[in-house]
Amino acid sequence: MNIVVCISSVPDTTSKINFTENNTKFDSNGIQFVINPNDEFGLTKAMVLKEALAGTVKVITVGDATTEPIIRKTLAIGADSAVRINKAATDSYTTALEIANYLKENPADLIIAGKESLDYNGGAVPAMIAEMLDLPFVNACNGLEIVGTNAKISREIDGGKENLSSSLPLVIGGQKGLVEESALRIPNMRGIMQARSKPLEVIEATTTEDLTTSISFEKPAEKGACKLVDADNVAELVRLLHNEAKVI
Amino acid sequence: MSVLVYTESWDGSFRKSTFEAASYASETAKLLGTEVVAISLGEVSNDELTKLGNYGVSKVVSCCTIEKGDSQAATNAIAKTANNASILIFSNTNTAKMIAPRLSAKLKAGIVSNVITLSESASPLKVKRQAFSSKAIELATVNTATAILAIAPNSFKLIETGGNCTIEEDLTNEKGAITIEGKETASGKISISEAEIVVSAGRGLKGPENWGMIEELAELLGAATACSKPVSDIGWRPHGEHVGQTGKAVAADLYFAIGISGAIQHLAGINSSKVIVAINTDPEAPFFKAADYGIVGDAFEVVPKLIEEIKQLRA
Repeated sequence: MNIVVCISSVPDTTSKINFTENNTKFDSNGIQFVINPNDEFGLTKAMVLKEALAGTVKVITVGDATTEPIIRKTLAIGADSAVRINKAATDSYTTALEIANYLKENPADLIIAGKESLDYNGGAVPAMIAEMLDLPFVNACNGLEIVGTNAKISREIDGGKENLSSSLPLVIGGQKGLVEESALRIPNMRGIMQARSKPLEVIEATTTEDLTTSISFEKPAEKGACKLVDADNVAELVRLLHNEAKVI
Repeated sequence: MSVLVYTESWDGSFRKSTFEAASYASETAKLLGTEVVAISLGEVSNDELTKLGNYGVSKVVSCCTIEKGDSQAATNAIAKTANNASILIFSNTNTAKMIAPRLSAKLKAGIVSNVITLSESASPLKVKRQAFSSKAIELATVNTATAILAIAPNSFKLIETGGNCTIEEDLTNEKGAITIEGKETASGKISISEAEIVVSAGRGLKGPENWGMIEELAELLGAATACSKPVSDIGWRPHGEHVGQTGKAVAADLYFAIGISGAIQHLAGINSSKVIVAINTDPEAPFFKAADYGIVGDAFEVVPKLIEEIKQLRA
């Protein structure tokens, strides 16, 4: 069972987001980067599957050299090897194409990505990889079981879940539920030591043609002051919501 | 040249987000001076399909044998109908997130998701979208001749045109490698991402047994129930109710935060909501800085009073 986990390096979820160069670029100054949380569920799931079924877990990312600490962290958590395609990820299509091109040469049985990265929230890369490789795809995947050459999958739908089955190879967009939050693996000292000698291959990018371009950014409008209503006067809150805000 | 809209159905029925996508497509078609063609997957009655006419659709292609959860088959069916379209519109639902990017790769058409505005011009197409989990708004442009836009639910109003649409059946039977085995859903649940009112509660409720009043308030208002991350992590509420950066995004008209302190990750998920009400015992809770209205008080006293007052208002 050869599993590839696609990883994105994103600002820590507690980060305040700012922009530079006349609001055209994300300001990474002072930002702590982490493994994209949706990818973390996928990485732990890959480790669990590897231990049960034997095989390898390879991590792949499209990013410049600044993403290497995050890649080393995935190796410390337990991935066997890593590939970094040397290109800042600026567009979903070119990012997916770089990964798909690599996977055409180096096929995997299961390709796990996070359903979306928590920076640009495009949510497009995993589905695009599937299309480029002509493979089945399940997004918002919150349950996965491998039985022989088949997968039993559940995906989140409104108000519940849908159960599916598929042949392998398969691409999934993972999220919470793939493993529980409490089961997420973190690097231990032995893992960190081993990670230093695990292979991290750097490949030059070949795609250049972005299908979309980011022009500029703005922050959402700040809220005005909160109108506080006395706890003994709940009727006043209802009156405000009805007459002033007109939402009930 | 036309505008194509994917009109998603659930058990044979359209939802508000479907009509939002049709309305958005209709406004976009005006920009191009063209018409809107809709594509529907799965079994949907003619009575239901006809409703699309009222939101500006002139023709709907109904592929009743295609399962929307089979993203390969769905993508191929839409691609076939899209051969003449220059802009493809989706509502950014869980299913659309499987299909729209596949279609982008197949047609080599640039995709922008979480779209919250109409483009001011047809060429170049420039739209605003939510990014960084709603902590920022990005202006993006599409560089290809065909564009795909996935619009954020609850960010575009319905526009009724009073028009009619024709129905064309496409009986192509195609199947990818996926088999849909079945689904497990709680009936009567309102979708959090589409709900106009969301009643959300956190650890301030002290235990899962205290959610009765939250559900009562939600039912009274026709609202969806939601919760904070810690509450879903400790299993008081299902994961599907978790709202915030790593959970669902909410863009409701009215959002109640009851006993939720307001961590930055939670606020990121809900700050597209129009009116926010915070109820918390702690006057220093960060939620009061993000809210429009607030009550510093105990949820166990405030919520029952709130229910009574709303009942009186409705009486």
